[in-house]
Amino acid sequence: MFGQPTSPRIRAALAGTLSAGLVFGLAACGGGSDDDSAGTDASASAIDCAPYTKFGDLKGKTVTIYTGIVTPEDTPHIESYKPFENCTGATIKYEGDKSFETQILVRARAGNPPDLAIVPQPGLVKQLVTTGKAVAAPQEVSDNVDKFWDKAWKSYTTIDGKFYGAPLGASVKSLVWYSPTEFKDNGYTVPTTLDELKALSDKIAGTGKKPWCAGIASGDATGWPVTDWVEDFMLRTAGPEKYDEWVSHKIPFNGPEATAALDAVGGYLKNDAYVNGGLGDIKSIATTTFQDAGLQIIDGNCSLHRQASFYAANFDKDTKVAADGDVFAFYLPGPDANTKPVLGAGEFVVAFADRPEVKAFQTYLSSDVWANTKAKLSSGWVTANKGLDPNNLTNPIDKLAGTILLDPKATFRFDGSDQMPAAVGSDAFWKQSTAWITGQDTATTLNNIEKAWPK
Amino acid sequence: MFNTASTTPEKILQMLSALLLFAAVMGIILFIAGRFGGKKGDRVVAYLYLLPVLLLLAVGLVYPGLRTIYQSFFDAAGDAFIGFDNYGTIFTDADQLTVLRNTVFWVVLTPFVATAIGLVYAILVDKSRFESFAKTLIFLPMSISFVAASVIWKFMYEYRPDQGTVKQIGLINQVIVWLGGKPIQLLIESPLNTFLLIVVMIWIQAGFAMTILSAAIKAIPDDIIEAARLDGVNAWSMFRKITLPSVQPTVVVVLTTIGIGTLKVFDIVRTMTGGNFETSVVANEFYRQTFNADNQGLGAALATLLFLLVIPIVWYNIRSLRQSEAR
Repeated sequence: MFGQPTSPRIRAALAGTLSAGLVFGLAACGGGSDDDSAGTDASASAIDCAPYTKFGDLKGKTVTIYTGIVTPEDTPHIESYKPFENCTGATIKYEGDKSFETQILVRARAGNPPDLAIVPQPGLVKQLVTTGKAVAAPQEVSDNVDKFWDKAWKSYTTIDGKFYGAPLGASVKSLVWYSPTEFKDNGYTVPTTLDELKALSDKIAGTGKKPWCAGIASGDATGWPVTDWVEDFMLRTAGPEKYDEWVSHKIPFNGPEATAALDAVGGYLKNDAYVNGGLGDIKSIATTTFQDAGLQIIDGNCSLHRQASFYAANFDKDTKVAADGDVFAFYLPGPDANTKPVLGAGEFVVAFADRPEVKAFQTYLSSDVWANTKAKLSSGWVTANKGLDPNNLTNPIDKLAGTILLDPKATFRFDGSDQMPAAVGSDAFWKQSTAWITGQDTATTLNNIEKAWPK
Repeated sequence: MFNTASTTPEKILQMLSALLLFAAVMGIILFIAGRFGGKKGDRVVAYLYLLPVLLLLAVGLVYPGLRTIYQSFFDAAGDAFIGFDNYGTIFTDADQLTVLRNTVFWVVLTPFVATAIGLVYAILVDKSRFESFAKTLIFLPMSISFVAASVIWKFMYEYRPDQGTVKQIGLINQVIVWLGGKPIQLLIESPLNTFLLIVVMIWIQAGFAMTILSAAIKAIPDDIIEAARLDGVNAWSMFRKITLPSVQPTVVVVLTTIGIGTLKVFDIVRTMTGGNFETSVVANEFYRQTFNADNQGLGAALATLLFLLVIPIVWYNIRSLRQSEAR
């Protein structure tokens, strides 16, 4: 919808944008951001105001946006709003807060919400809608989402038939980290089916090396990496439809599907021959932080580590994260080479006001124009927006994640525990998974989680 | 303007206006108080001074306290009245019973062991050549936060496998390896892990006990000690018959103070195990149920239980404090 360049109103804004863009571009570099000159290029070249004319003149208007995204990830966000601000004259007030997830509820309930909030879980979107303060998304946003996103995404923020927010960023969780060098030296190939993954694990185990390393410790959220494993295997052993029913509790949590999925995970995580490379026995998974676990690949103590795309940030600066580097990731394969379920997560933009400038900015954020602007500015960021040109993604892991998300064969599903009620999604599922790792059997584990599901 | 300060000048401005507000309120109270005089006036002035404190206590303590108790009779969402069901859960659910068991371990062990160590240490270093240095050593843990102490001890208990080039990074497991043993996953084995967490609390609180008790020992009149010496008592009798009876009220205050702190222990458990591996205690479970599991009712019930458990100790603590002051 931003395709037709109508009468451009760029002349006046041009000079201002150019200088502002340069200044901000320089500021971004001075601010210690390590993605070299990306900032300067994007801002300086984003002077074509044609796509923004439809928003009209918003001079003097202010839109507040409240998020959990803080330094240094906030810089590319703020930068990506500049073209909109410069072309429409609106001011975007960005507020990042580490305790966003609890504060947004407090603010909404107290009647003091921001205009827009970037919400990282569909469950939280639902809670915000229950406060009665959230405003349904305007038609333009809805149209954009229909056009640019897989339809699964729209369902995550559709509550009682009303659509509340467009997705923003996304992350891919179905990834296995490995060492390309090790694979090359030993003649291993990246598996394309689950059977091949098992065969590869056996092959590595045959050499006397523990192939997998895992860690699930994460403070009071200990256990969450297991939930990702289970969700990934649920998608693969039971299929996306059953997965949806399981997440929404249409089928019981402890049914045969989940039992099969958890046992399949157990085939890896509770297999003495497979884990826990460099870290100990199976139980050591429970006390190893998720940040530490994958680093064993670099030390040569293990070969495979299943973790989301954001794990790239965990390797130190000297480690080259690329297909020809020290460490990289491959897509956790599906049951066969043509079935590609993708487990992921993402954020959604929820509005609490419906003033024209808020609607306009919301529409901008759901557009392909914003997605491409943002992609050029940041590293470690992807979106499932199909309008994104993968060539705009700068680093290799983002490119990989982008390719997986935009693959027409991919079936995307949002992290299930983020959608389940808190009593399960952020308590029983974590706690019982941890107990499962330290010895509890599959049936007891699933029964206990089922029992915790609010009636 | 009260929740949107994002830049430093804005925050300073906010702070200044809060200070001004405080000064204004104080000014008004002082002004009104100044208008009263005489014997009867004193009373009014006293109440006036108490007013802001009472007001803040009512808003910040009494109201939330009553509200929590009220909430504990409601279900997870806080909608339906369910009577004593939440309390029933605490005393029947297997997980909650583990929580209660651990809390008992904590409350029984920590105050007594910490006080005993503090008392013995205070007596041993009393009047020795390195007294102040020795006291500083044991008092140091007191000066760091619970979270910092937990992080330190987490490293002490850290586990690495006995495998090829992998090196231990935890002191305790390194010692075990030196002695020819196999490293143990200290924080996973229950109930051992709960005792290992209690050690951290004792490590912190022994310094507190030592300081208070040392002061009490120094306050024992010299003539009593001289008299006992002349009677030829040995060290043990001196401790049993002179020192202990003299510092007994202080010992009780120390015991109860540590007891109250222990009942509320949260930071250590949360930092070291997150309440996993059967190490959760009431305060941690209360937080977990309220904020992670979104079960407001059960969370409130746990908080109320904690409140009920603390009351008798607080009451006893205040009573002994009064007694020891009365002497």
